[in-house]
Amino acid sequence: MEQAIFEERRDQIHRTGEGPFELACNRDSLAGAVSQRACVFCGSRVVLYPIADALHLVHGPIGCAVYTWDIRGALSSGPELHRLSFSTDLQEKDVIFGGEKKLKAALLELIERHKPKAAFVYATCIVGIIGDDVGAVCRDVAEKTGIPVIPVQSEGFKGNKREGYTAACKAMFTLTGTGDISDISPISINILGDFNLAGEIWIIRDYFKRMGVTTVANITGDGRVDDIRRAHGAALNVVQCSGATMELAKMMQDKYGIPFIRASYLGIEDMADSLYAVAEHFKDRDPGIMERAQQVVREELSVLLPQLGQYRKDLEGKKVAIYVGGAFKAFSLIKAFRHLGMKVVLVGSQTGTKEDYEELAAICDPGTVIVDDSNPLELSKFVKELDVDLFVGGVKERPIAHKLGVGFCDHNHERKEALEGFVGMLNFAREVHASATSPIWRFVPRREAMAKAEAAKKEAL
Amino acid sequence: MSDSPYVSTTNACKLCTPLGAALAFRGVEGAIPFLHGSQGCATYMRRYIISHFREPMDIASSALGEKQAVFGGGPNLKKGILNVMSKYGASVVGVATTCLTETIGDDVPRLLAEFRKEFADLPLPEIVHVSTPSYSGTHMEGWHAAVAALAGQLVTQKAEPQRRVNLMPGLVSPADLRHLKDILADFGVDATILPDISDSMDRPALLDYEKLPAGGTTLADIRAMSGSLGSIECGRASHVAESAGANLERRFGVKNLRVGIPVGIRESDAFFAALEDLTGIPTPKKYQDERGRLVDAYVDGHKYVAGKRAIVYGEEDLVIAMTAFLAEIGVKPILCATGATCKNFKAQLAAVTEGLLPEPPEAREGVDFHDIAEQAADLAPDLLVGHSKGYTYAKAWNVPLMRVGFPIHDRFGGQRMRHVAYGGALELFDRLVNVVLERKQEDSAVGYGYL
Ligand code: SF4
Ligand code: SF4
Repeated sequence: MEQAIFEERRDQIHRTGEGPFELACNRDSLAGAVSQRACVFCGSRVVLYPIADALHLVHGPIGCAVYTWDIRGALSSGPELHRLSFSTDLQEKDVIFGGEKKLKAALLELIERHKPKAAFVYATCIVGIIGDDVGAVCRDVAEKTGIPVIPVQSEGFKGNKREGYTAACKAMFTLTGTGDISDISPISINILGDFNLAGEIWIIRDYFKRMGVTTVANITGDGRVDDIRRAHGAALNVVQCSGATMELAKMMQDKYGIPFIRASYLGIEDMADSLYAVAEHFKDRDPGIMERAQQVVREELSVLLPQLGQYRKDLEGKKVAIYVGGAFKAFSLIKAFRHLGMKVVLVGSQTGTKEDYEELAAICDPGTVIVDDSNPLELSKFVKELDVDLFVGGVKERPIAHKLGVGFCDHNHERKEALEGFVGMLNFAREVHASATSPIWRFVPRREAMAKAEAAKKEAL
Repeated sequence: MSDSPYVSTTNACKLCTPLGAALAFRGVEGAIPFLHGSQGCATYMRRYIISHFREPMDIASSALGEKQAVFGGGPNLKKGILNVMSKYGASVVGVATTCLTETIGDDVPRLLAEFRKEFADLPLPEIVHVSTPSYSGTHMEGWHAAVAALAGQLVTQKAEPQRRVNLMPGLVSPADLRHLKDILADFGVDATILPDISDSMDRPALLDYEKLPAGGTTLADIRAMSGSLGSIECGRASHVAESAGANLERRFGVKNLRVGIPVGIRESDAFFAALEDLTGIPTPKKYQDERGRLVDAYVDGHKYVAGKRAIVYGEEDLVIAMTAFLAEIGVKPILCATGATCKNFKAQLAAVTEGLLPEPPEAREGVDFHDIAEQAADLAPDLLVGHSKGYTYAKAWNVPLMRVGFPIHDRFGGQRMRHVAYGGALELFDRLVNVVLERKQEDSAVGYGYL
């Protein structure tokens, strides 16, 4: 059993309460380890993808583009250019002679066809190797077409997802500061780091609106180029998630002096706290705002709590494993599961930082296993050992859970169910309940065997 | 080469080469697919494949970083194989290159030779390698190249003659493979299906998470392919310089018969004829009966589909096969499109529709969905036939989509869908008629509950 763990990865796994906390992270994935991680390009794509009126052109061979074609649930209230998959589809001769010409021609063609507000050009691994000057091509095309054409330095091998976030933030930062901000309200925010999966940003915007707060730009869920150009006019940046857009917030703070706060819209406390934090920020300018925030929370909770209680009855005491992309989401999930009476026994992420993991260790119950950059063998080992009832993760983790007779909740960019906000908490509870309490598990061989062993033990007594 | 007038690609109608290779390697017992490249490619392909099959798909990667991309990926490749050996206990490692390692010029055969020497004291797995740069191919080429590599590198000597048949089925569903296996068993011959993903990509629920899913072609069977009665290769499109069957024929004199993926009556007839040829055994009555039932169904349902205009798209082999089927039931394939470029696409489409259509269907290769859509505006199709990626177009044009092939990730059961032989055609036919009927029923002002 033990051998499921690679020697080289021992220090990327920790059990809370066992010795001082020290977890290695943010290192390259181990060769041959079937990491659940993707690449820099993936990180950039995740962040920029939902900008719906921009052209997203992947410069590289076809795979990188095709695997990211409309697989995410980022909805748009208007244009849907982001749901198309554009690629330069590099061929052998481009690889040999360079792809700049093709890139330029493709850009001109696509801009002419779709009339986007801006274009993002993603450099993939190969482009880094053949040395195309993507920046120069972009400048050239921007000049010709009159729209911003922005290179995203997202060569996959140059690190992991995290570097992709940085590349995306740098790309967006070139847009901010270029729009007219004269009519922006002093009680205004940008929503950063939400991707409008299943329309979540609409839920959140509605809460803010009820509090009297205007949203200038959605960055990036349901995003628009013109809004991002005006984003520097907002009074506050509200940043969800530790990884994806934090850097943009920091850059905007440095350059425009816009403060930022961190937020999370998952679970009851985090959702409420986020609204209160924003109210707190504006309370001097708008004395009634805290009262309105509380009103929003009260109204929502009065609907939510009675329903949640129903689910909790069945879920009390069940054990959960969490393995998600970013660590910040894990914090909220741990708290959300407490509301359902469930116990988190494993938590991990693909790209957490040292601080993330320290914070995680601090809020977890003793004995919780914490992992960084894990793989199927390790995850399945822990799921069995810790006798988990429910797994929260993405597509690649789903078969691991299902094979072991464990319920599953999709919590990634592909989901089609809104899990944020108070109403999202209810959806979440419903999904968790539907899976964790399904009668089908009793037929799964591992559960059957466990039930039999249990019965035999009872008999023996 | 390509039929598309555009420089850019919008919504590609193909996937990348190593994906096909990885999937093919998954059909060998005890094998782990290993991508020599950076981490992202392997992860993307895993999630793509998992979405269709809903099975674990572990693909190892040499996880190259910036340093290795500059100085060469050899050390990571070797370390990765060692790690895969120790953790997965794989008996076969299928190494496929990616665009990155092809471009930096890693010489994988040489690296593997070094590896074998360096670690000669360890019990080494078989390592099969295939070159799969995506800038010169599609996932189907990756699939066929991997199959050719398996036969070319693992079959090293002439085996004892045996009453076996080698079957290279192409990329068909696990349910198709099970059906094909039954057929071969009913012919009374042992079958070596290369590759056989019927078990590994459609597992029963089991006691544990399997590191390496059981099932797949065994190494012993692969080695014995040189002693078989002959090989049948399915798929009419021409891909690789030398296919697995052609390779075995050249080196060991194993007779190789090339047929289409057997979808519909005529292509299935050809498949059964090939089996009769190799085994000397007439087609069992069971299949003659199945054929009879299929003809009967065609007769009963022909009116409902007659003259319907269909756009068929996807993998070249499957497009040709589906076109053969559609043409014989009276559906008009008005556009047959693929993202691949293959020399004989048009000729083969003409061949399978010969005598059924007044003239060969319009064929386009090297196209994307933008090209298809552009043309479709004038064509006014009644029906789309292809994988899930055509869904948005079907929706936009308000025509039904009959899902076949790979990937099917917006519906359930793609891996359980049968396409091949008379039985598969029967299921396809029923589905197609029902798709048409359902649409008609919905569109009818009064609706009707009785045909
Ligand atoms: S780099 Fe090549 S192998 Fe990797 S995903 Fe892109 S197309 Fe596929
Ligand atoms: S690792 Fe490189 S080649 Fe592979 S998907 Fe990422 S950017 Fe594309």
